[in-house]
Amino acid sequence: MRIHADQEKCCGAGSCVLAAPDVFDQRDEDGIVVVLDAEPPAALHDAVREAAAICPAAAISVTD
Amino acid sequence: MTTAQRPQEAHHAHPDTPASADALTVPATRATGCPFDPAPTVERARREEPVTRATLWDGSSCWLVTRHEDVRTVLGDPRFSADAARPGFPFLTAGLRELATGTRASRTFIRQDDPEHARLRRMLTAEFMVKKVEAMRPEVQRLTDELLDAMTDGRNAADLVAEFALPLPSLVICLLLGVPYEDHTFFQQRSAVLLSLRSSAEEARAASDELLAYMTHLAEAKRERPDDGIFSRLVARGELDSEEIASMGRLLLIAGHETTANMTALSTLALLRNPGQLARLRSEPSLIKGAVEELLRYLTIVHNGVPRVAVEDVTLGCRTIRAGEGVLCALNTANRDEAVFPGGDTLDVGRDARRHIAFGFGVHQCLGQPLARVELQIALETLLRRLPGLRLAVPFEEIPFRHDMGIYGVHALPVAW
Repeated sequence: MRIHADQEKCCGAGSCVLAAPDVFDQRDEDGIVVVLDAEPPAALHDAVREAAAICPAAAISVTD
Repeated sequence: MTTAQRPQEAHHAHPDTPASADALTVPATRATGCPFDPAPTVERARREEPVTRATLWDGSSCWLVTRHEDVRTVLGDPRFSADAARPGFPFLTAGLRELATGTRASRTFIRQDDPEHARLRRMLTAEFMVKKVEAMRPEVQRLTDELLDAMTDGRNAADLVAEFALPLPSLVICLLLGVPYEDHTFFQQRSAVLLSLRSSAEEARAASDELLAYMTHLAEAKRERPDDGIFSRLVARGELDSEEIASMGRLLLIAGHETTANMTALSTLALLRNPGQLARLRSEPSLIKGAVEELLRYLTIVHNGVPRVAVEDVTLGCRTIRAGEGVLCALNTANRDEAVFPGGDTLDVGRDARRHIAFGFGVHQCLGQPLARVELQIALETLLRRLPGLRLAVPFEEIPFRHDMGIYGVHALPVAW
């Protein structure tokens, strides 16, 4: 799995951080998404897919 | 406002409207005895005609979108505008129309599109990000315990709204913003007028002007004596003029009040009415985070729909929404949609409800949701733990539900313990 997060699209709602806190964080200065681990282990794939599904700005995409 | 912009004159009989369609009006009335469920007319629309025409209070008409997938599409697609100044934008009340179109100062970024919306929103995103809000847990817990100490001091009954559910988020947002809590009666009353479906345009305008004047005065005070609140930081940025500062401050103050307060009280009532779920949550406190998501889904207190207007023709299901036509997205029926939440009419604190859209969807989705979650998790967990004998102090039928308000909930919740 490879994750791409579009910082231009991100609206800083923070739902990805709640869904997958080991994979996503927010930039201190403006709360915009930061990917901590762009190729996370399999155990986190479901959480990442959930984060992508609930992202309100459709800023997170995942390729397998 | 020019005559051409008035919604009642911007709409005409729609060619797609079936001649036999029942007249669906919004806001719609809930069924007697089912105060947690969406209005039956809107629920029927979700099952039978998920993209349908509806009539608003002023006789104008708009589209009503009721299914989860369609609501996400509308709220996530820039072909639907949040700009309330556009002709055809649907308003739920005279007061909201007045607010959104009255003066430049009354406009806020929730009723604007990108890039202006994004510019203004990004001034605030750092303030409500997850790690910053999570760091506030000890403070929110302290305020929660203090309020419950005062409420239970030598007594065994109280109005949970007045003594707990409303003061908690009010104290928290005042602290965060740097607004003096001792002014709370003033701004809570104005906030209630602005969010009431019964307020006239004149009443809404007066409440709006008083709040803007208050925030303008406060901005001047922060410029002279800055503190570490959000409002001082906004003033110090120097990017907003005084009208923009006042309207943004007012938005944050209102948004922090009615929403979390009503979720806290209504959640408590919903749990008291579902004793099996209440018992499960008490015996497994670790469920609280998921239970809050489920309560957000089940109760969906933004219950009259989120407005948008189409900026180009868009086909949704088998309907074509034309440019300039208004759309209302029913969050509450979307959150009961069986396609996403099987058994959606049942409250189940063990359910994975994270795909709910109680905070909206798209780039306008609630900015304060991490804060709302922390407040709700702490408020409900602490309340249930500290008051094991919590019960209603009056018959359920006597509870005053907020059918008259833009944010659903209860006006009062008399409880005993």
